[in-house]
Amino acid sequence: MSVMPPPDAVAAPLEVGQTWRRLHPLSPIVRFGRVLIGVVVIAVPSIAEQPGLHHDDGLPISVIVYLGLLVLGGIGGFISWLVTRWRIADGNLQIETGFIRRQSLRIPLARIQAVDVISPLSARLLGLAEVRVVSAGRGAEHGRLAYLTAAQAPIVRARLLALAHGLEVGTPEPAALPLLHVQNGLLLPALLLRSQVLAPMLIAVAAVAAIAAAPVVGAGALGSALTVLVISGLGVARAFNEDFDFAISEAGDGVRLDRGLLQRRHETIPYGRIQAVRVVEPFFWRAFGWARLEVDVARQSVSRDSDRDAQQVARTLIPVASRDQALWLLARVMPDAHPNPPPEAGPPARARLKAPLSFHFLAAWFGQRYVYARTGRVQRSTIIVPLVKVQSVRLKSGPLQRAFHVATVDVDTAGRRWQASARCRDEHEAVEMVRHISERARLSRRVPPPLPAAALPVPAAG
Amino acid sequence: MTAVVTGQILGEGELKRLSPRFWLARQTQLAMFWGPVFVAALVVALIVNVSAADLLPVVVALIACVAWLVERGRYRSWGYAEREDDLIVTRGLLFRHVSVVPYGRMQFIDVTAGPIDRAFGLATVQLHTAAAATDARIPGLDRPDADALRDRLALVGEAKATGL
Repeated sequence: MSVMPPPDAVAAPLEVGQTWRRLHPLSPIVRFGRVLIGVVVIAVPSIAEQPGLHHDDGLPISVIVYLGLLVLGGIGGFISWLVTRWRIADGNLQIETGFIRRQSLRIPLARIQAVDVISPLSARLLGLAEVRVVSAGRGAEHGRLAYLTAAQAPIVRARLLALAHGLEVGTPEPAALPLLHVQNGLLLPALLLRSQVLAPMLIAVAAVAAIAAAPVVGAGALGSALTVLVISGLGVARAFNEDFDFAISEAGDGVRLDRGLLQRRHETIPYGRIQAVRVVEPFFWRAFGWARLEVDVARQSVSRDSDRDAQQVARTLIPVASRDQALWLLARVMPDAHPNPPPEAGPPARARLKAPLSFHFLAAWFGQRYVYARTGRVQRSTIIVPLVKVQSVRLKSGPLQRAFHVATVDVDTAGRRWQASARCRDEHEAVEMVRHISERARLSRRVPPPLPAAALPVPAAG
Repeated sequence: MTAVVTGQILGEGELKRLSPRFWLARQTQLAMFWGPVFVAALVVALIVNVSAADLLPVVVALIACVAWLVERGRYRSWGYAEREDDLIVTRGLLFRHVSVVPYGRMQFIDVTAGPIDRAFGLATVQLHTAAAATDARIPGLDRPDADALRDRLALVGEAKATGL
């Protein structure tokens, strides 16, 4: 119980403690709204086609059946709402649900990785929002509070975050300092300039030109290029919808992301939980000097998770920005990280035969605090892993690599998306890398991480 | 090369090898598969009246020999070393891997033993970290060795545990 609740908590009173609370009564409508619309879409035409609909001899059977289904669904939704309750107590977020099969979910507050507020379009129309708790650990589950009122959700999020950091219950959400805002006018061209859109587009143009010369071949190529174009166009639309009006701000505990056109998301990425950052520069973006930043946070495997949305936990730190802005942002998230390789970071010249397509981008080096690995054929991507987050280091060499006297060094983190992979290093250098990285990772685990201001020189691998 | 590499990474200390009984178990497995195949090939060669069929048992025997050699190479490639702060595991004949897993990163340890393992008194020790890609598995340890290793790792892991 807070002595002095924050002003907005008074507006939407909410006891945090032993009391069980229910979700918002309109939740089932949002949760099962899609199903409802689907049923209506199927039902209305089939009812309209019924002969004798306009006679006065009572309702036709089909209408009664559909109404019955609707009522049953409504009762089901009501019961699921009735039996679902949640509270924050004993250092846990507790969610109980299920009528026939009771399910009791306990999420230790200390293991909370992030707390997101997500409002799909249908929920926004009703003034509702979902609070989603992402926790760490193998087999851990997401806690979903779907739905609370739009006013309650940020308060619940602030409380969960405060408790997760061991602060007072009533601690208001720390004020966020705006860092960057992505103009939608920049986002759209940037998405369109990605090679998976431009390549089929160029092929389509070439095919149109070719139709004059060889109609059959040209038409065939045009058809397949257009098909690919439609698919990638849908991808662009989805990405645009997700990253629309993208704003990133910084709070004491981490960065906040606000984004989305139809579905608004307010996400938090705590600094300490970032396992790796990736700087991505697609081929056509480099002409404009644009870059994208992505982060990898520790979480459970998504493959077993049936929740479609869970796969979107994979985060974009900034969908598009100038390289300078991206590097500035990177410095906020990972102080003293320098993603420009020193001259000796490249693989030996003989590796050109082993990896002819990616040789020009291959680079790997490490400093006092980070391991860097750059890869890519057309798209350049640099993965930055803090040494503190290194889980294990591995040296790999296949038969072909041994013929070229090169080896790969993998650096694993608890993230699920990437590992820093230093490909095609000289054999002896690779051995040195394994030794130094594991040694420095050990030292960095032992001492607390230095203050962000402490500038350390970044010696190259050697 | 693996030996040289691990020697360089290790600096000091020696790579421990798997139990010789593991090689015995592996050979038993090979025999259980290739024995019947060879007998079948022999029967086919005797029954079928084509001259090429006589070669069949020879070919099968050759493949079995290659399999035996590969298996022996794999057996020899396995090794592990307990260092002060981390465990090193080497494996692989064609694709060689040398993994360095810090004790502080261990989340839990599995000791498993399949039917053949049990028949030979063997067990597999597997280390799990928060990274899914970590592949620190040591097969074919003598059961008491495996249990002792597990206990040692659990003890040292607890002492050096760090968060995510």
